[in-house]
Amino acid sequence: MELVYAVCVGFMSACGIFLMLRGHTFTLVIGLTLLSYAVNLFLFASGGLTIGAPTVLSSSENYADPLPQALVLTAIVIGFAMTAFAVILAMRGRADLGSDHVDGIEPFDPLAEEKS
Amino acid sequence: MHYFWVPFLPMFGIIVPLLANKLNRSACTLATALLPALALCLIFLDLPAVLAGESFSKSVEWIPQLGLSLSFRLDGLAALFSILILGIGLLVILYARYYLSEKDHMGRFYCYLIMFMTAMLGIVMSNNMLQLWFYWELTSISSFLLIGFWSHNSDARKGARMALTITGAGGLALLAGIILLAQVVGSYELDVVLNSGELVKQSPYYLAILSLFLIGAFTKSAQFPFHFWLPHAMAAPTPVSAYLHSATMVKAGIFLLARFYPVLAGTEMWFVVVSLTGLLTMLLGAYTALFKHDLKGLLAYSTISHLGLIVLLLGLNTELAAIAAIFHIMNHAVFKASLFMAAGIIDHESGSRDMRKINGLWKYMPITATLAMVASASMAGVPLLNGFLSKEMFFTETLEQSILGAMSWLIPVLATIAAAFSVAYSLRFIHDVFFNGEPKGLTKTPHEPPRYMRVPVEILVAICLLVGIFPNYTIGPLLQSTSLAVLNHALPEYSLSIWHGFNLPLLMSGMATMGGVAIYLNRKHLFKFAGMFPDIDAKLVFEGCIQACVRWAQKITMTLENGSLQRYAFCLCFFALLLIAPPLFDLDTTRGSLPGTPINGAVLVAAILIIAGSLATIIWSHYRLIALLMLSLVGLVVSITFAYFSAPDLALTQLSVEIVTVILLLLALYFFPQQTPTSKSRPSHFVRDLTVAAFIGCIIGSICFALMTHPLDSISAFFLANAKTGGGGTNVVNVILVDFRGFDTFGEITVLGIAALGIHKLIARMRLSMRTKDYDGRLWAKEKYPVLLMVVSQSLLPLFLLISAYIFMRGHNLPGGGFIAGLITSIALIQQYLAHGVDWMAKRVSLSYHYMIAIGLSIAGLTGLGSWIFDRPFLTSWFEYVSLPWIGKFELASALLFDIGVYFTVIGATLLILASLGKLTTTERLTVGER
Amino acid sequence: MSLFDHLVIFPVLIPFFVAVALLFPSLSNSLSKQRVVSISANILMVVVAFSLLFKVEAQGIQVYALGDWSAPFGIVLVADLFSVLMVCLSAILGLAVILYASAGEDKTGAFFHPLIMFQLMGINGAFLTGDVFNLFVFFEVLLIASYSLMIHGGGKQRIQANIHYVFLNLIGSSLFLFALGTLYGTLGTLNFADMADRIPLLSNNELLIAKSGALLLLAVFGLKAAMLPLHFWLPKAYSATSTSVAALFAIMTKVGIYSIWRVHGVMFGDQAGELANIALPWLWPIALLTIIAGAIAVLASKSLRVLCSNLVIVSVGTLLVTISLNTVQATSAGIYYLLHSTVACAAMFLLAGLIQQLRGQAEDRFVTARAMPQAGILGFIFVLLAIGLIGMPPLSGFVGKALILQSITKASEAMWVFPIVLGGGLIALIALSRAGTSLFWRTNGENTSTLKGHPLQYLAIGLLVVILPLMVIFGGTVSDYTQLAAEQLKAGLSLQQLNEVAK
Repeated sequence: MELVYAVCVGFMSACGIFLMLRGHTFTLVIGLTLLSYAVNLFLFASGGLTIGAPTVLSSSENYADPLPQALVLTAIVIGFAMTAFAVILAMRGRADLGSDHVDGIEPFDPLAEEKS
Repeated sequence: MHYFWVPFLPMFGIIVPLLANKLNRSACTLATALLPALALCLIFLDLPAVLAGESFSKSVEWIPQLGLSLSFRLDGLAALFSILILGIGLLVILYARYYLSEKDHMGRFYCYLIMFMTAMLGIVMSNNMLQLWFYWELTSISSFLLIGFWSHNSDARKGARMALTITGAGGLALLAGIILLAQVVGSYELDVVLNSGELVKQSPYYLAILSLFLIGAFTKSAQFPFHFWLPHAMAAPTPVSAYLHSATMVKAGIFLLARFYPVLAGTEMWFVVVSLTGLLTMLLGAYTALFKHDLKGLLAYSTISHLGLIVLLLGLNTELAAIAAIFHIMNHAVFKASLFMAAGIIDHESGSRDMRKINGLWKYMPITATLAMVASASMAGVPLLNGFLSKEMFFTETLEQSILGAMSWLIPVLATIAAAFSVAYSLRFIHDVFFNGEPKGLTKTPHEPPRYMRVPVEILVAICLLVGIFPNYTIGPLLQSTSLAVLNHALPEYSLSIWHGFNLPLLMSGMATMGGVAIYLNRKHLFKFAGMFPDIDAKLVFEGCIQACVRWAQKITMTLENGSLQRYAFCLCFFALLLIAPPLFDLDTTRGSLPGTPINGAVLVAAILIIAGSLATIIWSHYRLIALLMLSLVGLVVSITFAYFSAPDLALTQLSVEIVTVILLLLALYFFPQQTPTSKSRPSHFVRDLTVAAFIGCIIGSICFALMTHPLDSISAFFLANAKTGGGGTNVVNVILVDFRGFDTFGEITVLGIAALGIHKLIARMRLSMRTKDYDGRLWAKEKYPVLLMVVSQSLLPLFLLISAYIFMRGHNLPGGGFIAGLITSIALIQQYLAHGVDWMAKRVSLSYHYMIAIGLSIAGLTGLGSWIFDRPFLTSWFEYVSLPWIGKFELASALLFDIGVYFTVIGATLLILASLGKLTTTERLTVGER
Repeated sequence: MSLFDHLVIFPVLIPFFVAVALLFPSLSNSLSKQRVVSISANILMVVVAFSLLFKVEAQGIQVYALGDWSAPFGIVLVADLFSVLMVCLSAILGLAVILYASAGEDKTGAFFHPLIMFQLMGINGAFLTGDVFNLFVFFEVLLIASYSLMIHGGGKQRIQANIHYVFLNLIGSSLFLFALGTLYGTLGTLNFADMADRIPLLSNNELLIAKSGALLLLAVFGLKAAMLPLHFWLPKAYSATSTSVAALFAIMTKVGIYSIWRVHGVMFGDQAGELANIALPWLWPIALLTIIAGAIAVLASKSLRVLCSNLVIVSVGTLLVTISLNTVQATSAGIYYLLHSTVACAAMFLLAGLIQQLRGQAEDRFVTARAMPQAGILGFIFVLLAIGLIGMPPLSGFVGKALILQSITKASEAMWVFPIVLGGGLIALIALSRAGTSLFWRTNGENTSTLKGHPLQYLAIGLLVVILPLMVIFGGTVSDYTQLAAEQLKAGLSLQQLNEVAK
């Protein structure tokens, strides 16, 4: 099961990073969210996986590692704040720069040249 | 011990002129001259002892770690130079008072001049090498300011920059040299350094040290190939040229050579490099000087040539040569300063410096002419003048050496030729300017200067004569002690008398004189000859080089910082990849010792969903809405995963955050084009990014796998053990959040709050165009707020609030807590927004949301502070089980209060974000709280 | 436990509570009140910072266990001389920035003062915390604050630069979390001291994983510190944002440097057994290349603010050199240079902003224009700062440079550092002399504008400028402090020592 989990995390982070390397703000935000899912899962797994042992005392005898969970909680909240800011910043960029490309202007397009 | 104050008096004097500037010019001049004069007196007080061969030094610790100490010495060399600096300085101050025009800011000029004087005194009196360098650089700075004094003309600016660059570069080399030398000797104090000459010459660093020192000295003293900055420094006002660029600053380099003579001199290397550089410079300067039509240009090149002469002498490695060098330092300072002043007077009173225009000034300014002639005679080395004596000694020494082995005879010959040229240009200076017909095309008729403008020149010329005629009485003792200081041991026999009988040196000077006359008579041909070579303006060349460098730098910077985020982000990812990949290659296996948990269907489905979802997000990333849906699918599965792996809190939080985020993104999407323009990034980039992303993904995955399969002894056991007893809660995660690591949560809600404020900032200034139709061109629905939604949401509100209250209360013991509760409440409220619109809500929600954030944060913060009352550190929790009638036993915990803070902050932040975003959609845009 | 015992946490709490207070109606509605409050708060911060400095000097390292949970289970703040020196620096900087902004720049957008306060809270927290995850949290605090401050005043360039800055740092934060997960997964703890203790005990495989985690952190901190090749965002960001914010950002890169020092200089330093000094092979070339790249950019700069931003990069490179020299002497020199360069750069940013404001159309670009008003005083300050930044006497720059060069003992290192550091100085000299001559000397026509700098602006700049000569005059004392700080830092701190101190 660890293997499957790891593959998922790896795949998600790959997708997230790929999207973060694109050129348009909205895509970047999507990528960011995806990446933060991956990050959270990764951080969560750093304490190992446990099934059916929530860290509520006296609910069972062996417990999952509570610390990574706490860290992930913090990470989720911070991630939320950051994402929200990024989205609005993207909107502001679109409003002020008239384009939602990260560099403010759509780059010169060689392909379009060939077409015309 | 008066001398210790000498460097400080002028330092205090720096501000005097600025203060005195309000007074009339003469008063200002007097005030300025006061402190330097005092300093000179102090020197004279200590002079007798120095002449008796003593040398004082005194040092006070300043920055021990650096080895920098406030440390001054007074020996012959220092005394000689300080007298030159202060004496000539005073004359220049007097001279400048008449030279400067009404327009010039006199106070500033004097201020710079005194600053330079201080720096120069510092150099010659320093007993600590770092301190010496300290003043060394100050001279560069003040000379920059002085050359650029007439900042309006471009020559001055360029000249100043060039001088600063060259001497500054030399200064840096010198610093390196000094630090190396100190590391060899083990001290910066000259007392130590000067007595460890052998040690230094043996050390492997000797070559490096020597070359660095020489670069420093040669740049400062305008030796070939660094000589070219000096002529362009002549753009400075003439007093400056007289003071800095003939008498003192350019001598600093030579002073350096003389000062470190005991340490560095005496080796083959020194011998060859120094003497040959000097020789070359001397010839070059003398030759070029003859062809300069500009009066100051001629003097500048003659200065270069005389500096070369002194350097050559220092390079000759014989003690008498060193003595001769010192002697010539004084003489040159005296006659060259007077010549510059004379040139200045001529320039001032005739309005030109071009020797093709100014001729026959004899009948206009006879006295000045006489003075100038005497001075230039001394420059040419005519008997009964000081120049003659040192030149005789110079010739004698050139005969003593054997640098070039069999070819050593070349040196005296070349020396004689150089001397001949110097006679020639001295002749030209006299003949062209004062005789040779009538002035041509001058703007004003020349006349004698004001009485006191001439005084400095008279004094200097007088010195020339006195020294020239009675050397032993005037200069003898000082020369004696100076040489003692330079050689650092007993002196050999030497005589200062004018007449040594008929000998080779006398013959040489005779030949030189006649040769000079001959050259001058045939100058026509020579000028023609020189005219055949293009005269390159070093200033333009230099500026050109700098320009080229700048353009090159700009090209590089342009290509590196091309302003593309994609490139920068790629750099970051690729760099990260480079860093993390290598260690993993050495990893023999990622699988650790732990047994894997068995796989089951549900997990497999989840995995497939996640992978498919993320893949779809990429593939359809152009269709933003679809991408968004796919994303939320992934998010959903992620929260289920958390739940499955026994992290209910995470699952809840993830879910609620998920919802809010999606709402936010949907709202945002309303303002974005629904499709990303088809990727403009080149296929190569596409592949590039894909590869890097894939690699990082693999590495993250394998690390993740490794971590899960390796046993870990973590600190978590403690939390499980103490959550109930120490934190008073059974939900360990929540106890960690509000108690064990409450400070993290404290920071986390702060982040949330700040984000909300920032977003508010962003939105307040945002002006977005509203669309009236949707993308298929349909108008929006007439009724803004569908009735059904209104009714439902309103009826749901209390339920939601109840749920959130419940979630909140159980938080400490069961999954839940302030954050989740806050999000649920905000979701409920957002519903109201969606259903009723901003205005409707604005009427009902009285307090604005950033106050709510403030309230939340302050509750959390104050809860933390509360523990101070109980003498506990910040955020120490407190809990008590109280039992009330009817309700029964329940727990009161400070953590609960803290959680309330979290709750409010979350609501405030979320709603501030969404509400102010919502405001945008309402056509009549309220001006959001921008002040 | 008297109030004085809580001193360690004051640098975090004061800005927090002041910021929160500034959000309440009574204050948030009147800018003048906000100014008074935040200025006095910053003065208080300076007092607190220095009293903390003296306390640490007198009583040694201070440890503050939050929630009364001892390390490694709870979060602790650790105040040693290095961190406290940094806190003092940020306090002084904050005061100057607030003063400058109170001349009117804070009018141009909402929440300026609270955000500056939050920013300071984040910076101080990052300096003081002894827990790696808490470090992450404070990084986020100062980052989100900086995101919001950077767009203060609005305008196309700012938004544009901000988009780059934000998204790069978002990637950075994600990497930070990956690294943290890796380190926790291998070491099983988050407290710096405890981690340092556990690193030498790692088994082989975990060792390698921890290594890649640690190196990933280098990338994260490197991005904040703007080291090659992660520095591209800086010039645009710093030159685009509003003056006072740019000045405050002068310390932001230093936060990255500081973290590298703590993590890669000490935690993975000499005592780390198998993993000793893993970052050095990377840092050494990067440091030198950063100086070179920065110097080239300095030469290429077309306006004073861009030039200054590039000087920041050069100073970052120089600091990285001192880190990779990895001796107490070099560290001490580095700390001195850090203090100096931060102050000098910040002051230059403020001055550049003032020039931009007074010079009209020409702004701070190196083009011929009318003489600017108050050219005399501005020129004087410019010369001082230029001297300081180039590293010429009589200002503190030369002490820093000399200390660094002096700390080099191996010829192999000297042959690289001497030419590059000194060459960088020379280029700075060329660039700044050109800048100065074209800004102040190459004028066409007399000054006609009646604009004048606000007294507060001059006060702010003056406050920073006087520090440079003071750092030379009292160079002995200052370098004593840096020496002590370096020794403490390099000695490291084991969990046991930490808990003994905490008692």
